[in-house]
Amino acid sequence: MSGQDMNPQDVTPEGGHGAVPTAGVETGADTKPARRTWPLYEVFVRGKRGLNHVHVGSLHAADDEMALHNARDVYTRRNEGVSIWVVRADAIAASSPDEKDPFFAPSADKVYRHPTFYAIPEEVPHL
Amino acid sequence: MTSTAPSPAELEERFDATIAADQRIEPRDWMPEAYRKSLIRQIAQHAHSEIIGMQPEGNWLLRAPSLRRKAILLAKVQDEAGHGMYLYAAAETLGVDREELTEKLIDSRQKYSSIFNYPTLSWADIGVIGWLVDGAAICNQVPLCRCSYGPYARAMIRICKEESFHQRQGYESLLALANGTEAQREMVQESTNRWWWPSLMMFGPADGDSPNTRQSMEWGIKRHTNDELRQRFVDMTVPQAEALGVTLPDPDLRWNDERGAYDFGEPDWSEFKAVISGAGPANRQRLAHRRRAHENGAWVREAARAYADKQAARAEAGA
Repeated sequence: MSGQDMNPQDVTPEGGHGAVPTAGVETGADTKPARRTWPLYEVFVRGKRGLNHVHVGSLHAADDEMALHNARDVYTRRNEGVSIWVVRADAIAASSPDEKDPFFAPSADKVYRHPTFYAIPEEVPHL
Repeated sequence: MTSTAPSPAELEERFDATIAADQRIEPRDWMPEAYRKSLIRQIAQHAHSEIIGMQPEGNWLLRAPSLRRKAILLAKVQDEAGHGMYLYAAAETLGVDREELTEKLIDSRQKYSSIFNYPTLSWADIGVIGWLVDGAAICNQVPLCRCSYGPYARAMIRICKEESFHQRQGYESLLALANGTEAQREMVQESTNRWWWPSLMMFGPADGDSPNTRQSMEWGIKRHTNDELRQRFVDMTVPQAEALGVTLPDPDLRWNDERGAYDFGEPDWSEFKAVISGAGPANRQRLAHRRRAHENGAWVREAARAYADKQAARAEAGA
């Protein structure tokens, strides 16, 4: 796209570092067959002792060891972690294609699983 | 388990309700195709900007005036790479491949921010980039921490934490120059003169009836208009310039009591359009460098892959 035919309204500051074109930009996935690149890993970091590992993002690496090194460099440059898990993204089983999932419906109708379900006289202590 | 698939209208309704409740959309949620495309474009070009953004600063790594400044600059440039990585990771949750995005950048099928097409001519430019360019980036990025798309918002939270270091180290290095010799003070002023207008251009053209901005705001991707953010940046920056003893190169810049904000002049939008379309001082150099780095790294990527395959084959044979 040349300077002459660019409409100012086709440019916005979306994406932190300032204005970029929004027209004439490819957004689809390529249809050509993908070359064999490094696999995708998901990264989980334990922030400090006593906490669970938490998902922080993903990266590409040739193997597990490289994935750990890359995860350290990308996700823990400022003491954000004391332990890292990496797992191949294609090895993760997930509940369903939609986060609003009937899979979780059964937990919604069992109110008796919550302590507030039970009425206790106010004068009874420590309950 | 039997469940009937929701109809397209129901899916759209759920999406709209999630946005209306100011909740986050997550990767495997249904989303309108236009929302997905808009995010891919925005996140990919944001990532490209971070990656290309390493170059103007990398230019001074070997010429930093002290070991302290060199270590700081190295950490900052490494952060920019990290920011690119967080963002590519977020983009991949939308179904695009990182390798593909890199190729779109080096083929110019996707772009990056115009600001990185300006050269860094003096050491003061490194300080001014931290102060003004990262300062403007922070204005743009803080609202993105509340973006409706979960992975993007989470990446932005990490990025914003690190940007604060970027801005402060820049300002501190300018303070050192401002307290130095006359020549050093002149260097800061000269650099400020060159970077001020490009920094204002980072917010994009004045608010028009851009259907794109309006749609992005309806979707909760964008939270403020270009002009709102630009005003915020100017109001933030003027007192910082005063403390530094530099003059911002705008004869129309003055406090407006009525508005409770600074009035300021109009950037040269023809320059902006030229730079973003490829005619800036360093466009060709930036892309050529990125392409070269990518091509020179190809054998490393292949070798690592071959090594991983060999190790896996050995492990299997030995098992």
